[in-house]
Amino acid sequence: MDIVVCVKRVPFTQEVDLEVAKSGKSVVTDSLAHVINDWDGYAVEEAILLKERLGGVVIAVTVGSEDDEEVLRRALAMGADRAIRIDPGESSLDGSVVAKAIAAAIKGFSFDLVLTGVQADDDNQAVVGIMLAEILGLSHAAVVRGIEPKDGELKVRIELEGGIDEIRMVNLPALLTIQSGINEPRYVSVMGIRKAAKKEITVTGIKDLGLSDADLSPATEIEEVYLPPETGGAEMLSGDPSKLAQAVIEIMRRKGVAL
Amino acid sequence: MGDILVFVEHRSGSIREVSLQILSKADELARGLSGRLTAVVLAAKADFLSSDFSGRADRVIVLEDERLSDFDFTGTAAVISKIIKDERPSLVLMGHTPWGMDLGPALSVRTGLPLATDCVGVSLDGKKIKALRQLYGGKLFARVSFKDDSRGCLLTVRPGSFPIDASPGRQGDLVRIDVPKDLSASSSRFVEYVDTGAGEIDITQAELLVSIGRGVGEKERIEEIRELAGLMGGVLSCSRPVVDRGWLPKYHQVGTSGKSVKPKVYLALGISGAFQHIAGIAGAGTVIAVNKDKKAPIFRVADYGVVEDLFAFSDALKEELGK
Repeated sequence: MDIVVCVKRVPFTQEVDLEVAKSGKSVVTDSLAHVINDWDGYAVEEAILLKERLGGVVIAVTVGSEDDEEVLRRALAMGADRAIRIDPGESSLDGSVVAKAIAAAIKGFSFDLVLTGVQADDDNQAVVGIMLAEILGLSHAAVVRGIEPKDGELKVRIELEGGIDEIRMVNLPALLTIQSGINEPRYVSVMGIRKAAKKEITVTGIKDLGLSDADLSPATEIEEVYLPPETGGAEMLSGDPSKLAQAVIEIMRRKGVAL
Repeated sequence: MGDILVFVEHRSGSIREVSLQILSKADELARGLSGRLTAVVLAAKADFLSSDFSGRADRVIVLEDERLSDFDFTGTAAVISKIIKDERPSLVLMGHTPWGMDLGPALSVRTGLPLATDCVGVSLDGKKIKALRQLYGGKLFARVSFKDDSRGCLLTVRPGSFPIDASPGRQGDLVRIDVPKDLSASSSRFVEYVDTGAGEIDITQAELLVSIGRGVGEKERIEEIRELAGLMGGVLSCSRPVVDRGWLPKYHQVGTSGKSVKPKVYLALGISGAFQHIAGIAGAGTVIAVNKDKKAPIFRVADYGVVEDLFAFSDALKEELGK
């Protein structure tokens, strides 16, 4: 099974205080560590697992600058065979532009399956995958937490709400957006990533993909970003751990919990 | 112009709350836009539609066909994009649910209308639509507009963003239309729904939940918290990252994709408070959060907060309980 997997490099923001940039339209990310988008790590692992079972080729794709090749090298170290970086240059991007660019870059390839993460950690949009599927005319399913190839189709487990999963048979070729937790992404060492440096990364400029100016023009625009207001919230308890424990036990008893 | 179209989700014979929330917000927006509000319901058989429901829109379009059961994507996308092209609404709304996440981007490609997803607010600036979104998992808000919404726009709306209007005041006409004859064969087929929430314990019935998040750090240390839960007569639950890492089975998971819970007290240990998790504890009596990070979003919704290492706190609790 030949698979294309789409990955994105994102700032790591857990336990980080974000700072709004001077423009008021984005946050300062230069000083932050960057990682592979969490969902994409699961998508790459799923692609490699399928390749290990069924054979085939895995191609990793990203849209980004040279720094973003780091996530392609990670995908290559995990087992992808080759990688493509679409360089946006000075073009501004949104989900629809990214989907059109990836579609143009991979439409000539032969593949059975495209995997993306459900969404990206930074903009939380969840649009690129399904837009890409529609542009390429692939069948698709979103929020997938299980894939089982079966008689030329895929049996997929879609995560709905409230602990309910939906089981669907999906025709190939298909695109699935992968939910976190579907597998356990393998560990890659720094050595592994260094070794993967020998594998090929093809770079294409976004303007060389034959897209029109309209295609390259974002449909949405961020007018303003702001940090959530620090309003109300919890009554903070203070003291050493034993004082805190006593206070919490007292609250629980008051709220009717038998301890 | 000014018309609003809402795609209504239902499952197993009942309309989903997110669709009622969206219709309630759409009622207000339709007044602002001086437009007509239309709800679209696709089902194998729409016998679950009550007369009460028709008060939520000016018109309820119903399409009944076996091929549209259980959110069949191919049929749904074909029908909705045809309605959009025929009627040219200014605004199309649907839930940012697993199905809406499949449908929204597909409709955007098929109709050429711009899309904003996972919106937590929608407002009007004159006749222009502005969407409020969250970035970085809720650490940042963004006000988003469309470069060109002259032909309309699409929004997917986060569940729980708007209250449900208890006494809707419209008088919707029920309009039944036929499914297009040339509906193409479906690219996927429904097999079944599976409840992953069934397990050895039932976190939805617990009076005290002792819940762990990413902050627990490693699987091996979960036993310490399980022991604490046992000492307190509570039940162990967790947030998504703990299940994603395979540290606890899914039936322990609280949140949108896990279970909604309603304990008297919810003790959150090392849980940062993603919105999907917060949505699952809306029914909790009292929320006590313990986290090393004083800026963790969980403190914005908790009743009581403790900034402390969760294991130091857990050890102290055990000691106090042993006295």
